[in-house]
Amino acid sequence: MATQQTRSLARFMMAPSVILLFVWMIVPLLFTLWFSFQQYNPLNPMRDGFVGFSNYALFYSNPAFLYSILNTLIIVVSVLVITVVGGILLAMLLDQPIWGQGIVRILVISPFFVMPPVAALVWKNMIMHPQYGVFADIARFFGAQPIDWFGQHPLTAVILIVAWQWLPFATLILLTSLQSLDGEQKEAAEMDGAGFLSRFWYLTLPHMSRAITVVILIQTIFLLSIYAEILVTTNGGPGYASTNLPFLVYQKALLEFKIGQASAGGVIAVILANIVAFFAMRAVGKNLDK
Amino acid sequence: MARAVTTQHKTIATAAAWVVALLIFFPILYTIITSFKSEQEAIQGFNLIPSGTFESYSEVQQQSGYFKFFFNSVLLSVGSTILALIVAIPAAWSMAFSPTKRTKDILMWMLSTKMMPAVAVLFPIYLIFRDSGLLDSRIGLTVMLMLINLPIVVWMLYTYFREIPGEILEAARMDGASLWNEIIYVLTPMAVPGIASTMLLNIILAWNEAFWTIRLTTTNAAPLTAFISSFSSPQGLFWAKLSAASTLAIAPILIMGWFSQKQLVRGLTFGAVK
Repeated sequence: MATQQTRSLARFMMAPSVILLFVWMIVPLLFTLWFSFQQYNPLNPMRDGFVGFSNYALFYSNPAFLYSILNTLIIVVSVLVITVVGGILLAMLLDQPIWGQGIVRILVISPFFVMPPVAALVWKNMIMHPQYGVFADIARFFGAQPIDWFGQHPLTAVILIVAWQWLPFATLILLTSLQSLDGEQKEAAEMDGAGFLSRFWYLTLPHMSRAITVVILIQTIFLLSIYAEILVTTNGGPGYASTNLPFLVYQKALLEFKIGQASAGGVIAVILANIVAFFAMRAVGKNLDK
Repeated sequence: MARAVTTQHKTIATAAAWVVALLIFFPILYTIITSFKSEQEAIQGFNLIPSGTFESYSEVQQQSGYFKFFFNSVLLSVGSTILALIVAIPAAWSMAFSPTKRTKDILMWMLSTKMMPAVAVLFPIYLIFRDSGLLDSRIGLTVMLMLINLPIVVWMLYTYFREIPGEILEAARMDGASLWNEIIYVLTPMAVPGIASTMLLNIILAWNEAFWTIRLTTTNAAPLTAFISSFSSPQGLFWAKLSAASTLAIAPILIMGWFSQKQLVRGLTFGAVK
């Protein structure tokens, strides 16, 4: 029974976290909102002032804007498809009785612990480099022309790198979920003559649905703000071919010093994230009730 | 009756799993191998057997001073984690043991701050840091990383604390334990494993954070993420050096990560998948 005293104590214990997060969330956001209606250039302070919605208009009419939104969505969706489908297959494989399961798990999960700049640099130079990369070695071995990944297929290259980073995460979570599937249920289904596919479709997949939802939601949060991978590999190019929304905002703010436009882009990114967050919160909230 | 596992089935599954696992691990493995090659060897095409030289490692240390960055990474990740724990433990505690109608909303709201794209607030944060002299300072970045991971820390602790049975608290109270004694002697021992797990995962997250740590530092407070980014523009023959630097940057956290797989699943799914 919560008394008045314990309740106020609880409030007191919660206050630091809540206040810190509130300030952390609201202060920069208000700044961004304010700047998005201002002309502000740290290099040229003479022309500062209120400009209404023109930053939004400028950001919106920038040809890069459409590219960046499209690229953001392409990255999120492609990586989700690769990691979820690949993760389900891998989890089912690792769920089999195999020799050396512990080591296999360690090998598979490792990419997740590699910091994004290292992952991007290793892939850029060791694996996908058109001259010295392993892919080029393989291509030459078969007498083919090595692919210039970052020149010709920059977005695909970024997607591959990011998918490599997140596949382990999806696999680990789906495997954990799979291992909690009741073995007796599987046996019962088998005895009833259910084939592999129908067992997968009617038993395994529904059992994993919650884990799949969580994987999709959490990855989406991180995938919407992919930054380091693009910075070290393609720098958004060639042209805008691999520029996503966070990268475009970064370019406007810190390379072109167009703070107003960058802030307008930031506000758009927040709105986009909130739309996603709305669905994410509802799903995670449902899981909390169980 | 346990399912009979034929040796043949197990052999095929083992072979397939090992092939896939090695393919996924390959970029890391090849980086480690290349780090023990000389620069000449590194560009001579695919080769899995290095000559075993350590020259790249000593060059990386001489040129860029690995240990300064390493020290910063340790300081930032451990410091921000401890700070986050100090702030989060009371909050998670009160939410787990005296939940109110609004507890769930508060938890959800905390998580939603995590969804704010960092880039949207890059410039304001940059200004605030510049004007308060926190740019490239360890303190500023420690606080930053603490704020970024605070929601996850609160959440993780909450899911662990929630599993501590409340009856134990009541029993302790019946025996006349004061609130303080209750916390020190009854709850803390039960909460330590959860706190340790949270700490481990959060150190990994902070170690690998690669947006603020790159943007808000130049030299003084720069951790390994910034160190490695300085290799993004090729400087002549640098494949072996890049590999050595990469290996140095990921080795500590890779090893920590291997020990925290279970906590990772729990922590990153907010207790939804165990």
